[in-house]
Amino acid sequence: MNELAQAFKMALALILTGDSDLLEIVWLTMQVSISAVAVASLAALPLGGALALFSFPGRRTLIILLNSLMGLPPVVVGLLVYLLLSRQGPLGEWGLLFTPTAMVIAQCILVFPIVAALTRQVVEDLWGEYGEQLRSLGASRLRSVATLLLEGRFALSTVVLAGFGRAIAEVGAVLIVGGNIAHLTRVMTTAIALETSRGELSLALGLGILLIGLSVSVNGAAYLLREYSGWRHG
Amino acid sequence: MAELGLTNRKGQGPVDPDAPPAKAGQETGPGGILPLELDAVSYEVEGRRLVDGISLRLNPGRRTVLLGHNGAGKSITLRLCHGLLKPTSGEVRWLGPLGRNAREHQAMVFQRPVLLRRSALANITYALGLKGIPAAKRTGLAMEALGRVGLESLARTPARVLSGGEQQRLALARAWALDPEVLFLDEPTASLDPAAARKVEETIQGFHQAGMTIVLTTHDMAEARRLADDVYFIHQGKLWEQSGAAGFFRNPRTREARAFLSGELPL
Repeated sequence: MNELAQAFKMALALILTGDSDLLEIVWLTMQVSISAVAVASLAALPLGGALALFSFPGRRTLIILLNSLMGLPPVVVGLLVYLLLSRQGPLGEWGLLFTPTAMVIAQCILVFPIVAALTRQVVEDLWGEYGEQLRSLGASRLRSVATLLLEGRFALSTVVLAGFGRAIAEVGAVLIVGGNIAHLTRVMTTAIALETSRGELSLALGLGILLIGLSVSVNGAAYLLREYSGWRHG
Repeated sequence: MAELGLTNRKGQGPVDPDAPPAKAGQETGPGGILPLELDAVSYEVEGRRLVDGISLRLNPGRRTVLLGHNGAGKSITLRLCHGLLKPTSGEVRWLGPLGRNAREHQAMVFQRPVLLRRSALANITYALGLKGIPAAKRTGLAMEALGRVGLESLARTPARVLSGGEQQRLALARAWALDPEVLFLDEPTASLDPAAARKVEETIQGFHQAGMTIVLTTHDMAEARRLADDVYFIHQGKLWEQSGAAGFFRNPRTREARAFLSGELPL
C-alpha cells in the first residue's frame, strides 16, 4: 500500500512541476491516439453502416471476421506493421518505422475493427426502427446509411470512445513500431513499461494514474457534450 | 363491387365550405396511379401464410378502411399495397397512367411515427430532399405542411420531444408535403389518447377533402365508422367482405364480420 501512496504523490508531483518531458509524452500520446481514432473512424463508420444495410454474398462471414478482429492482439499488429515498414519490407522506402506515423498506422488497424463492428450493430438496430419509413420515403440504401449514422450519433460517439480507449491503452503495437525513443516516439504506455523494467515502480504507477486521468477526462468531455446535444435534440 | 366503382371525387359527398382548396398538382383519378389492384396476393413467412389470396381494387378519391382484429393481416396487406413487402404470390398493380412511377405518388404513416432526431421542420425538408425538391423550395413547402396540421409554432422544436399526438401529426404533415395521390395509414391513432386521436382523424379528413385517396387500417370500429367510405374486412389473412361502409355496418354478410361487429373475441 505504501507503494500506491508513493505513486499518487509521484503523479501529483509530476503534474505540479509541469515537467516538460512528461508534457511531451502526454502530448504525443494524445496526438497519436486521436489521429489513429480519427482516421480509423472516418473509414469504419461508413463501412460499418454499409455492412448493416447492404446484403451481398459473404456478408455474414465478413461480420464474424470483423467481430473477431476486435480482439486483435496488439503485439501481432505491431509485428505486422513492423514487417511492412522495415527497410526490407514492401513499404520500407517510406522510412516510417520508429516514427509517430508508424504508431498511428498500427493503432488505426487496432481501432478499425472495433468501430466498424460496433457501428454495424448500432446501424442495424436503427434500421429495424427506421427502415420501413426510409424506404417509404424513397431513400436509397446509401442515403439511409448516411441518415442512420447521423441519427445514431449518440450511440456512435460511445463506439468511437471505445476505439479511443483501445488506442490509448495499448502498448504492444506502439512499442514495436515506435521503439519507445525518448523525445520522438515515447508515449505514456511505453514510458510506463520502461520505468517498470527499470524498477522505478512509483514513477511507473504515477504515469499510470495520469494515463487513467487522461482517459477519464476525454470520456467525461464526450459525455457532457452528448448530454448537452441530447438535451437539445431529444 | 358495384359500390366501389370508379368515382370522381369531385362528385362525391358534401364538400365542407371551410376546407382548403385542393392543392395544385394533386389532381388524380384518370391521370394518376390509381386504381390499385391486388390480384390473389399472398404473403408467407417461414411457411406461415399471413395474407391468403387477397384480391381487391382501390379506386381514386375513396377513404378505404381495412378492418380486422390485431394480427388479422391488415397491416401486411397495407405494406403489400405500398410496396414495402413483396407478395409471395399474386400481383400488385397500379393501373393508372402514372403507375410505373407509383412510388413517387404515395406516402405512408405508421402506427408509431418514425421521426429523425432533428427539428420538426427538418424532418419534412429531409423527406422533400429525398423526393428531389430543390433546396430553395423545401422550407416553404414544409412550413405550409406544418400549418396544415397546426404545428407551425413548433417548427424549430426537436421532433423527438413532441407529444405522441404532435409526432403523429408531424408524420402526417411530412406525408402531406410529399403531395401523394394515395396516403396509407397503419393504425394511425392506435397509440394515442382520444383527444390526440380526434385531431389526427380530423387531419386525415382534411387531407381527403383536399383530394387525397386514403387507405387506413384499424381495429377500432368507431373509427372505421367515422372515416370509411369503403370497408374491407380482413380475418385470418383472408378478405371476407368488401362493401360500402354504410352497408357493411348495417348488414354484414358473413358470420365472421358479424362476430367482429358484435365485439366477440376472435377464436
